[in-house]
Order: sequence, then structure tokens, then C-alpha cells
Amino acid sequence: MIEIMNTVSAWAIPVLVVVVVAYAAWKRVPVFETFVEGGKEGFAIAVDLIPYMVAILVGLGIFRESGAFDLLAKLLNPLTSLLGIPGEVLPLAIMRPISGNGALAIAAETMQRYGPDSLLGLIACTMQGSTDTTFYILTVYFGSVGVRNVRYSLKTGLLADITGFLVSVYVCKLVFG
Amino acid sequence: MINKFWLFFIFVGILVAAATGNMGKLTQVILDSAQRGVNLSLGLVAVLTFWLGMMKILEKSGLSALLVKALGPLAKFLFPSVPRDHPAMSSILMTMSADMLGMGSAATPIGLKAMKQLQELNPDKETASPAMCTFLAMNTSSITLIPTTIIALRAASGSLNPAMIIPTALVATCSSFTAALCLDRLFRYLHTRREKND
Repeated sequence: MIEIMNTVSAWAIPVLVVVVVAYAAWKRVPVFETFVEGGKEGFAIAVDLIPYMVAILVGLGIFRESGAFDLLAKLLNPLTSLLGIPGEVLPLAIMRPISGNGALAIAAETMQRYGPDSLLGLIACTMQGSTDTTFYILTVYFGSVGVRNVRYSLKTGLLADITGFLVSVYVCKLVFG
Repeated sequence: MINKFWLFFIFVGILVAAATGNMGKLTQVILDSAQRGVNLSLGLVAVLTFWLGMMKILEKSGLSALLVKALGPLAKFLFPSVPRDHPAMSSILMTMSADMLGMGSAATPIGLKAMKQLQELNPDKETASPAMCTFLAMNTSSITLIPTTIIALRAASGSLNPAMIIPTALVATCSSFTAALCLDRLFRYLHTRREKND
């Protein structure tokens, strides 16, 4: 099982790259110029991320180093241990539906603290990769067309997020644990 | 929402620090955290540039249009109220494709276009139509085949195998996506019934 997964993950990106480039070359797309044209935005996006990253890392840094996080984890411990969720990934689970960049920063923080290839780091990354930012998407998408009554959309989005988190935890424990 | 969250972190953090005597190290924590935020963001430049370049090739070669074609039957099943040749359909599919490649920033502009087109089909402009609710369920749970951003972040954090989470993320994303679509159908049924009884 683990060997298959390792092979799949080692091959996925190189294969994707070669398929995309080969197909484009066959279609006579100037691959080099096109790549450069698209890549130009990369720097601007990363720079736009800076204030989000700084804000969240500072907020979390204060919350964690003050001892407040340990307090919160202790309070929620009965619930999370009942479900088999490590308390350390709880802040990410709470942040994920609220802010995409915020959650990305928490995932980064988790990796720096416990290591990107530790079980906690892997759970955090799986969670991060499994859903999108529910509140943000609902606000922006419905807001852009002036819909006020979102009916059952928020309920659907949040319940799906919870499903994604629980599955992330259990699958990672099964595969990497 | 994010405002309250941030305020809560800082406010409660400083209160607890005052109570536990951890105040002394907070100034250093603030400066260190800010520095890490900058380093992490700039660490993403390389991979972002690479993937945006690849996306452009994908788009220009027409491979993304092929993807849209391949997903057509699925979209027909998910959005029965949208006519097959309506422009909303192709926008919905393009959004789905961008989501699948983990390109959230590319998905949003196309997704907003799809919302506008769905709004044209919507009889009550202030209330979400069933097709909109399905589209939003799809987007908030966002099926992602290759979570490029998080893989980039793993590489920047010194992972020995950044792509290791692809299979587990795939299982998780399929679960949340399936849950979102099932819940959407269930809630649509329950709400329609309740609204009829009123």
C-alpha cells in the first residue's frame, strides 16, 4: 500500500509535466515563450501573500507562546481524543473554512514545528489540500451577483469540510501512522 | 469572520501571557514570526512561477478545453437545470478543472463568471437557485487532483518527499466532495418540501 502510494506520488508531477509539454509541442505551441508568459505572475502572487502570512504567523505566535493554545487544546481534548484527532491539528481545522491563506500559514507553522514529513505535518497538508475556503467562497461568489439568501449552502459547505478533516486524519493515520 | 479570529488570537494570547508570566518573550516572538512569514511567502516564488507557466501552456495548447469536454456528462448530471449549450456550463467546467489542478487563484475569476451566468437563469435574483447551491457546494469542497500550493509549501519547508500527500489528499478531497454533493441533494429536497408546505 505504502509502496504504491510512494510510486504514485513520485511519478505524478513529472508525468504531468511531460504530458502537458509534449502535447503543447505537438499542437505547435511555442512552449518556452508560453511558459515564461504565464510564470511572470508568480512573483506578484507570492508578494501578495506576505501580509497574510505575517499577520497569521504573528497572531498564532502570540497565541501559542503565551500558553493560550495549550489551554485551548486542554479544553477541547475530551472531544478531539474521542474522535481520534490529534489536538495539534485542531487550529488548522478551525481556520480552514475561514481563511485560505491563514490556513496555509498554519500548515506552514505545523510543518516548521513538527517537520513536514511527520505524521502531524502530513495530516495538516492533507487537510489543507482536501477542501477550499468555505466562508470566503460563499461571500465572494454570492456577493458578486447580489444573492442575499444563500439557503442551505453554508450548512452544506461546513459539513463537507468536517467530513474532509475526519477523513484526512484517519487516512493519514492508516497510511503514515 | 477572519477579523474576529485574529483579534481573538492576539487578545486572548496577551491576556494569557499576562496571567502566566510569559510576557517577556512576546516581543521576540512577534518579530520572529513576522520574519518567518516573509521567508515562507518568498519561498513560494519558485514553485508558483513554475506552475503558472505550466498552466499557461495547458491553456494555450487546448488541453484544458479537452478536459472540459471530458467532464461534460458529469456536469449534465450535476446541473440538470442548466441547458447543455448555455455558456454557464463551460464556465462551470473550467472552474472545476482549475480546482482539480489546485489552482484556486485561477478558479475564482472563472467561477465568478459562472455565477453571473447562473444568475441569468435564476428567477429570484435575491435567492440562491438550486444550480447555484450545487456549484457552491462543489467549489467550497473543491475536488483537487494535485494540491500544488501545499506541495510547494512542503518543498519550501524542507520535506524529503513533498508529493507524498497526493494520494491521501485525493482520498480526503473525494470524500468531502462526495459529502458536499450528497448533502446538497438532501438539503435541496428537504428545503423544497418545507417551502412547498409553507
